[in-house]
Amino acid sequence: MSVDRQASPERRQGTSTSVQRVLLYAGLVAVGLLFIGPLYWLFSSALKEPGDIYQYPPRWLPGWHVENFAEAWRAAPFGDFFLNSLIVTAGGAAIKLVNATLTAYAFVFLRFPFKNLIFLVMLGALMVPNNVTLIVNYITVSNLGWVNTYTGLILPSAGSVFGMFLLRQYMMTLPGDVIEAARVDGAGHLRIMWQVVLPMCRPMLVTVGIIAVVDMWNDFIWPLIVTNTVEMRTLPIGLLYLRTTEGYANWGAIMAGTVMVGLPMLVLFLFAQRQIARGLTGGAVKG
Amino acid sequence: MASQTDSTVVRPPEPAAARDGGRGAGRGGPARRPVPRRRSHNWRRNRKEYLLFLVLVAPNLAIIGTFDYWPVIYNAWLSLTRWNMISGVPRFVGLQNYENLLTSPGFHEVLLNTLVFTAAIVIGSAVIGLALAVLFNQKLRGRGIVRTAAFAPHIVSGAAVATLWLFMFDPAYGLTRVVFDPFGMESPRWVNDADWAMVALIIAYLWKGIGFIAIVYLAGLQNLPEELYEAARLDGAGSWTIFRRITLPLLSPVTFFVMVVSIIGTFQAYDMIAVLTGGGPGSATTTLSWFIYQQGFQASDAGNAAAGAMLLFVILLVVTGLQTKFVQRKVHYR
Repeated sequence: MSVDRQASPERRQGTSTSVQRVLLYAGLVAVGLLFIGPLYWLFSSALKEPGDIYQYPPRWLPGWHVENFAEAWRAAPFGDFFLNSLIVTAGGAAIKLVNATLTAYAFVFLRFPFKNLIFLVMLGALMVPNNVTLIVNYITVSNLGWVNTYTGLILPSAGSVFGMFLLRQYMMTLPGDVIEAARVDGAGHLRIMWQVVLPMCRPMLVTVGIIAVVDMWNDFIWPLIVTNTVEMRTLPIGLLYLRTTEGYANWGAIMAGTVMVGLPMLVLFLFAQRQIARGLTGGAVKG
Repeated sequence: MASQTDSTVVRPPEPAAARDGGRGAGRGGPARRPVPRRRSHNWRRNRKEYLLFLVLVAPNLAIIGTFDYWPVIYNAWLSLTRWNMISGVPRFVGLQNYENLLTSPGFHEVLLNTLVFTAAIVIGSAVIGLALAVLFNQKLRGRGIVRTAAFAPHIVSGAAVATLWLFMFDPAYGLTRVVFDPFGMESPRWVNDADWAMVALIIAYLWKGIGFIAIVYLAGLQNLPEELYEAARLDGAGSWTIFRRITLPLLSPVTFFVMVVSIIGTFQAYDMIAVLTGGGPGSATTTLSWFIYQQGFQASDAGNAAAGAMLLFVILLVVTGLQTKFVQRKVHYR
């Protein structure tokens, strides 16, 4: 990994002695072990023979017991879980992104009476914690007949406030003359949005999209309450289900299931760490 | 792949985001308007533009109205009723739900659990997160890899992280036994022991979230004015004095941001509680948000659940209000 290429202004370390440096490295190694250790434990256990798991002191080297994955797949319908997670994540993130883009464009480039007030009202939704919406949203979705459906899984979180906000901030910094030039050339709003504004917004679109994907994939409490058959569960709920069906008996299979839930986001993270950091810190961190 | 958060700027955001798992919203900054425009609300002349605005905004607005704003209103009403969520209609009972909750010893325990969990996470995040950030700010080989590894659990599903820790907490075969064994001690039974379950929950939660907090602090550290440090060093101040008298005070807006994000985060920890403890043993790890879920979806008591949710909402409003006020005052100091 190409880390630390950009030398940052390093501070308060000009005087560090060699003893200090040894201590600092010791600290870094300890922290590294603290985080890499459990992750290694997860992946290695997913590939260990049962005999190597139920064993103390622990065996560090894994075998190649991919049977754990098959076992997990047998104990719980992971095919369904994957499919549901994919549909919910792709559908939810796509609608979210479209909503964020359209709304942001409207707020930046279109006139409308009291539009700033409308914007503030939308932003206010950020103050509503999902603990408060849980019960009523369940009642609403169940009145609409959407319990245990993809619509019910996706729609309540398909609105975008935070992503819309990030995109709006970004669009407001775009050079006005380019857009004005397109307008003079007779391009309508939809064409300006599609051909001029969106290409310039790509970095922020990627950030907003990735954050939406991570959110939808990891969401737990809403899929838990809005689905009620095993076949409609998403991966995180499926993992809970696997653990309760397997009991505590088969840690190898449970760890294999955990890998299936966690690995896709870990991979995404490795490729898009910067975008994720930027999105999570609210666009306040400029990568 | 590199986490080049090196040239970063953290400005503590204004209203902290509650819904999106605690992501704050950056301060807007002066907007450079792309196109100058007149302020004329002439419906006839601007009809096309107004119509387009409505078409673009309406879907998002409808979803947010239905699934964010309506719940607040209806939840407030539900909190004044009794209803089993299955049949019949909510029956108005006034403030009885609140009265029941606030006088029940069971609910006091829930509040205490919430306080312990939240306080441990908030303090732990701030202290350990800052320590990690200071470490990551040193010119050390391999710090990028460690930083990445520390940040990674934050974006993994809480259910997965909790399941991993459940295995780690296994008293016989889990990795945490390695910590106790060399001292001839027996590993605690962690999630199955009412005295240890909360500790287990806090450890797993901190492990998941601390890397993100460190990144936020790191960005804050790298944005501090260099001149102050030079001046302090010339005056002969030691590094501890500099840290305590310059770094910490200058970072206080970041710290406040971190605290609000942590508080909001603990209220969303459903997945970790569900997998690790299910609120137990007994009600040893039942926090306010888990209580709301239990009352609503296990006990089918909409009124109690709604009342609990309203209390949580008020707590969050107070916290975010305090943050906004504090950060604004801080900005004037600089």
